[in-house]
Amino acid sequence: MILLNQLIQGVLLGGYYALIACGLAFMFSVMRIINLAHGSLAVLAAFALWVLADRYDIPPFLGLLIVVPGMAALGWPLQRFVLQRSARGGMLIPILATFGLAVVIDNALFEAFGADTRSLAPYIDTLAYDSWSITDDITIGRLAALTFAVAVIELGGLQLFLARTPLGRAIRATAEDPDTVGLVGVNARAVNAAATAIAMATLAIAGAFLGMRATFDPYAGAQQLVFAFEATVIGGAGSLWGTLAGGVVIGVAQTLGAQISPQGFLLAGHIVFLLVLFARVSGFAAALRARVR
Amino acid sequence: MSLLTVEALDARHGLLQAVRGISFTVTAGETVALVGANGAGKTTLLRAIAGAHPLSGGRVTLDGADLAGVPAHRRAALGLALVPEGRRLFAQLTVEENLLLARAAGRRGPWTLETVLGAFPMLQPRRHARAGTLSGGEQQAAAIGRALMTNPRVLLLDEVSLGLAPLAVARVYASLATLIAAGTTIVLVEQDLTRTLATADRILCVLEGQILAEGPAADMTRERITAAYFGLHRDAAGQGGAA
Repeated sequence: MILLNQLIQGVLLGGYYALIACGLAFMFSVMRIINLAHGSLAVLAAFALWVLADRYDIPPFLGLLIVVPGMAALGWPLQRFVLQRSARGGMLIPILATFGLAVVIDNALFEAFGADTRSLAPYIDTLAYDSWSITDDITIGRLAALTFAVAVIELGGLQLFLARTPLGRAIRATAEDPDTVGLVGVNARAVNAAATAIAMATLAIAGAFLGMRATFDPYAGAQQLVFAFEATVIGGAGSLWGTLAGGVVIGVAQTLGAQISPQGFLLAGHIVFLLVLFARVSGFAAALRARVR
Repeated sequence: MSLLTVEALDARHGLLQAVRGISFTVTAGETVALVGANGAGKTTLLRAIAGAHPLSGGRVTLDGADLAGVPAHRRAALGLALVPEGRRLFAQLTVEENLLLARAAGRRGPWTLETVLGAFPMLQPRRHARAGTLSGGEQQAAAIGRALMTNPRVLLLDEVSLGLAPLAVARVYASLATLIAAGTTIVLVEQDLTRTLATADRILCVLEGQILAEGPAADMTRERITAAYFGLHRDAAGQGGAA
């Protein structure tokens, strides 16, 4: 029963990882850009929600009505002045540029808010600790369940958006061949700006759940980036449902690892990530060998 | 009355000048063919007209409007559509999605999803298949259909028969004949001389980025085109063009 409980908690935790990985996977699959500022931008969103809650008494869920469009609007200059310009220099330059951006964001947040650890939990009443007791051994946190539900809705919604709408179609076509979309009347820059805005909007949501379920400080971004990156890689870049699966794999590995030893929590997640990576690379090598023969 | 005018167009690939001062005009309803060897600059010329390759000199006007600084997607909206060499379909999208994508040009007209599928019946059963799974001929039809979906005023076709089986080439040209009969203005790049002579109203022979000979298809003999193609008797061919 304890094992079942751990599995359930792990799956729900995976929902959070999927939420934070969603924007990273989306940007990578659409623009082939690895945004190393991803974690820091999520923390930025969390701080924005914290300011709204702490100074203006706007609870986080209401605050999202401001922060989601705000982050999306920030996506335009991010795309126009950082990503688009650096992408001209090849694959590596956007990685360096967004790494630099992460350093700037982290230190700017440190300047503004100091080293104190914050949380959005005090502003969401009892949601932070409410839970349903299923059996004596299994309790499900309401926030964890909500996180998972939001992850499923967000990833499913994005998948539907990409599959069914004209903008989604243009985003997929631009991802495949940015030079050719112009010939059929699609403005590739505008499409990429829209895609960046969408990724940033998902980051606002990720930042909200980061702040509600745990604590954050100005330098918390790097850790979030690692989780997002691992979930994206395990899920197989390019598929949003894969990202959800990747998040769940990490979440389950971590909770099971914690069962073995307290240090096992983070360690197990990283080990699973490395195993998947090795399997991918050696599988790729095998496929390559088979092709050469 | 000329619809598309190209004046002293220069285009480069780095240090290589691919197009050297090419000028020509296309009147509405006309089919103009560019003939020349590989590397003569035909593809670069078409891409430059469509806005997919930067000009290093000269200008392109569509219906009197200068297109300098107008990006490719705006040119598509103005009515220039290029069917690129190698077709360049979006392989992960379905045929229908490839066609619908071209609605982004925002031009309404006779070409809709239904009329395009009607004009290329071989696409009808494949409309929900990924474009990457189509045969070469089907892909070419889809690429032409996608360009038509923008309801272009001028259709630029680059090497539509390249890499296709003879039967597929015949089908593509049968479709082109319908377009031409409907009064579509076409600029065509083609390697197959027989097809070119049968299809085009006027022929421009391009060699090393310049137009070497030019004339109505009816007046152009295979010998004259071949001479221009290989750059033989350059003067003779050039004078022939001026005459």
